[in-house]
Amino acid sequence: MRLRLEPRREASRAMLYGTPVLAVALTVLAGILIFSLMGYDGLAAIYQIFVAPIADPYRWQDLFVKAAPLITIALGLAIGFRANVWNIGAEGQYIVGALAGTGVALATWDMEGYWILPAMVAAGILGGLLWAAIPAFLKTRFNVNEILTSLMLTYVAVQLLYYLMRGPWRDPEGYGFPQTRLFSEWQTLPTVVQGTLVHLGVPVAFFLAIAVWIVLSRTVTGFQVRIVGLAPQAARYGGFSARGTVWLTLLTSGAFAGLAGIFEAAGPFQQMTPQFSVNYGFTAIIVAFLGRLHPLGIVLAGMVLAVSYVGGENAQTALGLPYAATGMFQAMMLFFLLAVDILVRYRLRVVVPADLSRPAEARHPHIRQADEGSRTSSTPLDKQRESLSA
Amino acid sequence: MTLVGAATPILLAALGELVVEKSGVLNLGLEGMMLIGAVTAFGVTFTTGSASLGLVAAMAAGAAASMIFAFLTLTLTANQVATGLALTIFGIGLSSLIGQNFVGRTVSGLEHIFPAALADDPIGRVVFGYSPLVYLSLVMTAFVAWFLTRSRAGLILRAIGESDEAAHSIGYSVIRVRYLAVAFGGAMAGLGGAYYSLVMTPMWADRLTAGRGWIALALVVFASWRPLRLLGGAYLFGAVMTLELHAKAAGINIVPPEFLAMLPYLATIVVLTLISIAPSGRRNAAPACLGKPFRATG
Repeated sequence: MRLRLEPRREASRAMLYGTPVLAVALTVLAGILIFSLMGYDGLAAIYQIFVAPIADPYRWQDLFVKAAPLITIALGLAIGFRANVWNIGAEGQYIVGALAGTGVALATWDMEGYWILPAMVAAGILGGLLWAAIPAFLKTRFNVNEILTSLMLTYVAVQLLYYLMRGPWRDPEGYGFPQTRLFSEWQTLPTVVQGTLVHLGVPVAFFLAIAVWIVLSRTVTGFQVRIVGLAPQAARYGGFSARGTVWLTLLTSGAFAGLAGIFEAAGPFQQMTPQFSVNYGFTAIIVAFLGRLHPLGIVLAGMVLAVSYVGGENAQTALGLPYAATGMFQAMMLFFLLAVDILVRYRLRVVVPADLSRPAEARHPHIRQADEGSRTSSTPLDKQRESLSA
Repeated sequence: MTLVGAATPILLAALGELVVEKSGVLNLGLEGMMLIGAVTAFGVTFTTGSASLGLVAAMAAGAAASMIFAFLTLTLTANQVATGLALTIFGIGLSSLIGQNFVGRTVSGLEHIFPAALADDPIGRVVFGYSPLVYLSLVMTAFVAWFLTRSRAGLILRAIGESDEAAHSIGYSVIRVRYLAVAFGGAMAGLGGAYYSLVMTPMWADRLTAGRGWIALALVVFASWRPLRLLGGAYLFGAVMTLELHAKAAGINIVPPEFLAMLPYLATIVVLTLISIAPSGRRNAAPACLGKPFRATG
């Protein structure tokens, strides 16, 4: 008896929505196992990471605050991923956006006025957009791989952040600490729910999700992004420019990452510090995939990842687990999602072979499957996009 | 950090990735596999006291991590870009989790193979004064060059990378060869990671590789998928990476250190651009099936 994968005639809608849930469930199970093997109380660790943040109403505000930047960045990335444009340097665009906005804040620190915060936000968006314009230019002009350039620029952005904090932007009254002065009340994001930490960035993230959903599903631009990703040749025949799509998607994702950056700086941080780079740009990649590159899915996935962040802090204080373990969990979620995604296109069948005298094959069912299946020209993601857009 | 010291780990990791990409697979998880190798090498050496055991364990750990990638992308035909990224994020988290007990601890590191007396004078130092991994990286460069161009197995591997369908139709097992290539790439990345924790700084620190895995990836493109050019490229990058220290030693402090630290990454972007502008012969050197999923028919 062995397992066999049979191609489905069309992608399963049930699996399309079911696999992210399955991936989270498998991550929880694997987490219990891993932590138990490492000598911790596995159940307690998982309770702290995945349940405690939801069970404690006091921490809900933290969930929204953590989810907002993840959702904002992931929305931008998902637009690009749909068009097969792989911007993985959102972390750099997030940092540069925040730096640009901080520049405005430092230039206006002794001023007052309602215009200051919008000016900072505009600078933040522009900063992220310009940082993403570099890989866009290199990709469209010289066909340089955007994966490597956008990523290299992240490391450059981190060094730029360090330089500005230690050098020209250091708070003159900060006792030598490498950070800027605190932003004034004109330069910080207002909270939208009195008495909580929930800042303006939270409703903006939700609003952006709805806006992106409408653009992707209802406009010609949204259609162009999908068609360039799914069928580049058909797109060219239809008059859609691949080059234009690269520009559009990279600039959009850069602008979104920059917006998230200045929101974080003017919101939770209220200043710039060398600790500003917290890998939201990378985690947002997981959010985009877990959310199926769909704006509403991304909102849900952003909340799930926010739970793991807040829970990671819980587990650190309660059980002494290193905070970095959170990243491992987040990656495992993506691993499991990519693994179970095959169920969207294939049906798992238990096959009893006629000849039971060949146990060697049974020991390597996966390798056998790979040779027996049918060749497909598109990736699982393409199939998902197809069914999403159907 | 010397030029050779900066070049060797990225050369080791890039050699593995070169073979992987020649077979038609793009594994972006180098950084993660290097970190897993680094923490394993440190942990095993710290526990057993044997650096050679640490090296072997690092290779096994790198290969094991690469098998997660191989299973997802080759067997389950998952997206290679997404899976590779997940592997890197996973490696950063896992190495940090395992390494938390090692932070600040030291090990005695890898011993030199040549007796110290040989490396006494300046010339002797240049020839005999390095870590065994440096010599190993040179030997491996020659081996990979020989394997890809002169051996039958290497020819099959390249054929699979250029045209998986054709190779499959004449009876070669595309998936099996790619599994082996990915495992080799993982072991080499593990070895590269071990260089950081056993040779460069015999002390554990979080995210020890600091993005060098990505530079190794860029190096493969820079070398147009040729092992000997990879060797030259690695030493060129090694020179750029050590500029910061050389500048400091020479008393040059006009340029802030952060800008010097940006140089390897900026250099990578410049070099990738130059390669792309170069005549089309080199530009098209990428294996034709790079990054494409394969499911055989019949």
